[in-house]
Amino acid sequence: MRRTALALTTALVALPLMALPGWARTEITLSTQQEPTVLDPTADATASIDSMLTQNVYESLTSVNEAGEVIPALATDWTVSEDGLTYTFTLASGVTFHDGTSFDAEDVLFSFNRAMAEDSTNPSKRIFEPITEITAPDAQTVVITIDHTDAFFLFNLAQGDASIVAPESVDGNATSPVGTGPFRFDSWTRGDRLTLVRNDDYRDLQDGMMERITFRFIADPTAVTNALMAGEIDGTAGFPSPELLPMFESDPRFTVAVGTTQGEVILALNNGRAPFDDIDARRAVNHGLNRQEIIDGAMYGYATPIGSFFPPSDANYVDLTGLYPFDPEVARSLLADAGIAEGTSIRLRIPPFAYATRSAVIIQAEMAAIGLDVEVEQLEWAAWMDQVYNGRDYEMTIIAHTSPNDLSNFTRGPNYFYGYDNPAFNTLWDQIVATADPVARGALLQDAQRFVADEAVHGFLFQLPSLGVYRTELSGYWVSSPVIFSPLADLRWTE
Amino acid sequence: MRNLPVSLWIGGALVGVIALAALVSLVWTPQDFATVAVSERFQPPSARYWLGTDQLGRDVLTQLMVGARNSLTIALVAVGLGGALGTALGLLAGAKGGWTEEIVLRLADFSFAFPALLFAIMLAAAFGPSFANAVVAIAFINIPVFVRVSCASARQVWQRDYVLAARASARGGLAITRDHVLPNIAAIVIVQATIDFAGAILIEAALSYLGLGVQPPEPSWGRMLSEAQTLLFLAPQLTVLPGLCIVATVLGFNLLGDGLRDLADPRREKAR
Amino acid sequence: MPFLLRRLAGLVATLTGISLVVFAVMNVLPGDPALTILGLDSTEDARAALSAQLGLDQPVWARYLDWLGGILQSDFGTSYAYRVPVTELILERLPLTLTLGLLASILTIALATALGVFAAARHGKAGDWVTMILSQLGIAIPAFWLSILLVLLFAVTLRVLPSGGFPGWAEPLEALKSLVLPVTALVLVQASVLARVTRASVLEVAKLDYARTARALGLSPRRVMWGHVLPNALVPMVTVAGMQLAGLITGTIVIENVFFLPGLGRLMFQAINNRDLYTVQALVLLFASIVVIVNFLVDMIYLLIDPRLREGRS
Repeated sequence: MRRTALALTTALVALPLMALPGWARTEITLSTQQEPTVLDPTADATASIDSMLTQNVYESLTSVNEAGEVIPALATDWTVSEDGLTYTFTLASGVTFHDGTSFDAEDVLFSFNRAMAEDSTNPSKRIFEPITEITAPDAQTVVITIDHTDAFFLFNLAQGDASIVAPESVDGNATSPVGTGPFRFDSWTRGDRLTLVRNDDYRDLQDGMMERITFRFIADPTAVTNALMAGEIDGTAGFPSPELLPMFESDPRFTVAVGTTQGEVILALNNGRAPFDDIDARRAVNHGLNRQEIIDGAMYGYATPIGSFFPPSDANYVDLTGLYPFDPEVARSLLADAGIAEGTSIRLRIPPFAYATRSAVIIQAEMAAIGLDVEVEQLEWAAWMDQVYNGRDYEMTIIAHTSPNDLSNFTRGPNYFYGYDNPAFNTLWDQIVATADPVARGALLQDAQRFVADEAVHGFLFQLPSLGVYRTELSGYWVSSPVIFSPLADLRWTE
Repeated sequence: MRNLPVSLWIGGALVGVIALAALVSLVWTPQDFATVAVSERFQPPSARYWLGTDQLGRDVLTQLMVGARNSLTIALVAVGLGGALGTALGLLAGAKGGWTEEIVLRLADFSFAFPALLFAIMLAAAFGPSFANAVVAIAFINIPVFVRVSCASARQVWQRDYVLAARASARGGLAITRDHVLPNIAAIVIVQATIDFAGAILIEAALSYLGLGVQPPEPSWGRMLSEAQTLLFLAPQLTVLPGLCIVATVLGFNLLGDGLRDLADPRREKAR
Repeated sequence: MPFLLRRLAGLVATLTGISLVVFAVMNVLPGDPALTILGLDSTEDARAALSAQLGLDQPVWARYLDWLGGILQSDFGTSYAYRVPVTELILERLPLTLTLGLLASILTIALATALGVFAAARHGKAGDWVTMILSQLGIAIPAFWLSILLVLLFAVTLRVLPSGGFPGWAEPLEALKSLVLPVTALVLVQASVLARVTRASVLEVAKLDYARTARALGLSPRRVMWGHVLPNALVPMVTVAGMQLAGLITGTIVIENVFFLPGLGRLMFQAINNRDLYTVQALVLLFASIVVIVNFLVDMIYLLIDPRLREGRS
C-alpha cells in the first residue's frame, strides 16, 4: 500500500516537490543502457548485472574503492603468508542474507566450490584457477591456498563473479537475487526497470542512504537525453553520447562527471595472418593513425590518447603516444617495405558500439590516405564474438578492453584473437604476476607497456572515458570506473 | 499534356529533382563523400559547403546527393527483382490455376506473414549488413505483393473472350501469357511498382537507420538520420535535411503512382 | 466447409514452414549462445558446460523435434538468456503490445473512416485537398523520424507527456499517458494510407446508380453516405486494413524500440541479439499467426459483405 502511494507521489508530483527545501529525498531513478537478462553475476557476463547489483545487493569477500584499491567487504580483514600462497580471511560477523538466513564460512566455501566446479558456468572461471584448496577452520575464518603468487588475486575476488551466495537461495538468483549487501532486490520488470530498496539490517547502515533505487533500461542515447531533460531520471552512468555533454554542462540542473575507466580502445590487428603478421605493416598503420582526430571526431575530445595497452590513470603508466608520430609518408614507405600494394583491401569488422562505429569511419579515411582500402563491416555483438573473437576471421577490428590488468591478454597465445605469440612477453608477464613488491612490479609493468608498443601489436587509440550525467543535488556517485560495478551506498540528495 | 493529372506533375517534379541529383553525383559532387575532416565539422552553409558540414566535417550536400543515389539504386534493383519474380509467379499462377495457383498464393502468404523487418535483421546477422543484403531483403518483401496483384489481374484477363478464343485455337499458355495477358496487366504492375518504390525507399531508410543498410563510407539517408539523432539539439539541420529528402522522395513516387494510375484507368476520377 | 478446412490446413502448413525457417536461420546465424551469455572472459570449459545445460550439444534436428514435441504439450521451450519459460516472457509483455496494437488499429480505422468520408463528401473542395495533402505527407514520413519529432515537442519542450518507458498497469492513467505518443506515431502513418483508400472507394460507390437513386429519392446526404455508400465501400477498405496489420506489427516493433516500451517488439530485438532461439521462434510464430489469421478473417468478411464472391472461391 505504502509503496503504491509513494510511487504515485513520485510520479505525479515529483517535479514541483523537487524544488521544495527541507524535504529529504531518499529515492532515485537512474538509467542504464544495457538490459540484463538474468540477475546473477555468477552466471552471466552482462555488465549491467554487475553495475546494478554487485556490491549493492551481492557482496564479495573484498571490494574495490573508486581509486581502484582493494578494501574489506564480507572479509573484514585478511593476512597473506610469507610465500604469498596462503590467504586467511576473517569474515564479518552477524551478517544475514536478505532472506534472513545467516552468513558464515560455509557460504563462502559453497560459493567458491560452485564457481570452481567441473560443470561451473561462471563467466570468469579464470579468477579461481590459482586456487588449490579452500577451507573453513571455523565459522568466521576462510583459508585459501593458491599454487602461484598472484598480485591481482584480492582484486579479482572483489568482482561480481566471486559474489558470495547462499545455498538456500542460489537457484532463485537469476530472477530474485539474494545477497548480503546494503540494498535488497525489490522488483524487476524485464525490459523496463529494476528496483532496489534499502536493507535496513545492513551491518554498516548510514544516515541518508537511499531507500529506493530504480534503474530504467534505456538503450538509445537520445532517449536517455530526453528522459534526463524531462526529469524522468535523475542520472546515468556510462552516458553514450559525448557530443551532448556540453549541453548538460551548461544546464545548471545537471552535473557532468567525466572520469577514467580501465577500457583501452584499440584498433586490433590480426597478428596471426597477412598483412599484419608483418611488423612493418603494423607500424605503418600506427604511423597512419591520427589519434587526436579520432578522439575529436568520435569522442568529441572526451578521451585520453594511449600509446600502449595501459590506463593513463594508473601510477605506472608510461606515455608512449609519441612512439609512432602521425606521418602518412612514413606509413606509405613502411607499407612499401612490407610489400603491400597501394589500394590493398582490408576488412575492419566492428562490434555495434558507438565508440567503434564512430572511430571506424575516421580510421577508414585515415587509412585511405596511406593507401589502404578499408572496408567497414558492422557486426552484431553475438556475431562479432563468434567470428572475430572466437573465429579470428578479421584483419582489423575496434574494441575496448574493459577488464583491469589486462596486459595479460598478450600472453594468451596464437589462439587468442590477437594472434600474437611472443615467449619473451610471456616471461615478462610471469615475472609481473609473481612480483609482490609494488615498486619492482611497477617497473616491470612499464617494461611491458613499452614491449607491446614497440611491437606495434595493435593501433592503440584512446582510453574510454567514464561519462556520467547527474542532477546537481546528487552526490556520492563514482566519477571514475576502475571496475565494472559501482557501489551506490554513498548516494545522497543534498540541498 | 494539359489533361495530365496534377499529382503526376508534382510527383514527377519531386522524383525528377532527386533523380537528377543522384545522376549528377555519378559524375560530380561538391566534395568527395568519403573525405573526413574533423576540424571542419559543423560548418554553416558557405560557398564551399552549400549546406554546411556534418559531425565529421563531411559536406552535407554531397552526402545527400550520394545518399539519393544509394537509396534510389537499392529501391530500383529491389523492386525490379521482387517485381519481376513476383509478376512471373503471379502470371504462372494465373495461367495454370488449380494446385499451382494454390501453392504460389500460399507461398506468397508465407512470405507475407514473415515479419519483413525480422527477415532483414536475420539476413544482416547471417551475411553481414551490406548493400546487397538490403536489396535482397526489400525484394523479398515485394514478391508477395506483385504475386497477388498480377495473379488477380491475370485471372481476369484469362476469362476474356479473345483469350478463350486463343485457347480454343490451341495456342500454348506461354504464348497467350506473352501476347495477351502480360500487355494487359503491364499498366497495373507498373503502377504497383511505382508505389512499392516509395515503400522501398522507406524500408531502406529504416534498415540503414538500424545499421543494416549500406555501410560507411557510402552515405545513406537513414544512417545520416541515426548518426545525427543525438545532435538534434546541436545541429538540427543534420536530422531535418535527410528526413526531408526521404519525405520528398516517398511523396514524389506516391504522387507519380497515383497519377499513373489515373492515366492507366481513366474511369477513376482525375486529379491528385 | 471444405473451404474452412483447407484454410486451416494452410495455416498449419504456413506456421510449420515458418518455424522450420526460423530454426534453420537461427542455427546458421553466427553467434554461440553460451559465448554471448558468458562473455569474453569466459573459459572454454565453462562455455561447454553451459552449452550442455542448454541442450546445445544435441544435433539440430533432434532439438527441432524436441521443440515440436514440446509445442504439442503447449511447452514453447525455455529461454536461453532469461532462463524462464518462453510463454512466461511473452505473457508478461503481451498486454502492452496488444494494447498498443489494438488502440492503434481502432484509432486508425476511426480516423481514416472519418477523414476519408469527410474528404469524399467535400470532393474537389478545399477540405478534400487539405486532407489528401496531409495524408500524402503522413504516408511519406518515416515513423521513427516522426517519433523523434513528437518526443522533442511533447516530452522535452512541452513536458506534457513522458518521453518513453512504461510505468506498468498499476497506474492506469500514467500507463495510458505513456502510450499516447507511440500510438500517435503509429496511427498517423497507418491512417493516412487507409483514409486515401476510404475516400477513393467512397467516391467510386457514390457514382453508382443506387446512390444516385437514393439521393434522387430525397434522402439526406448524410443518410446516403452512412447508410448506403459507406457499407458498399467496405471491401477495399477491409482489404487494405488487413494488409496494414502486417505493417502495424512491424511498426510496433520499431516504435517499441524508439519509445523503450517493454513489449514484444523489444523482446524480439533482444532475443535475436542474444541468439535466444526459442524466444525468437515463439515470437515469430505469434506475429505470423496474427497476420495469417487476420488475412483469413478478411476473406471471411468479404464473403459476408459481398456474397457474389462466394462463387469465385472453392
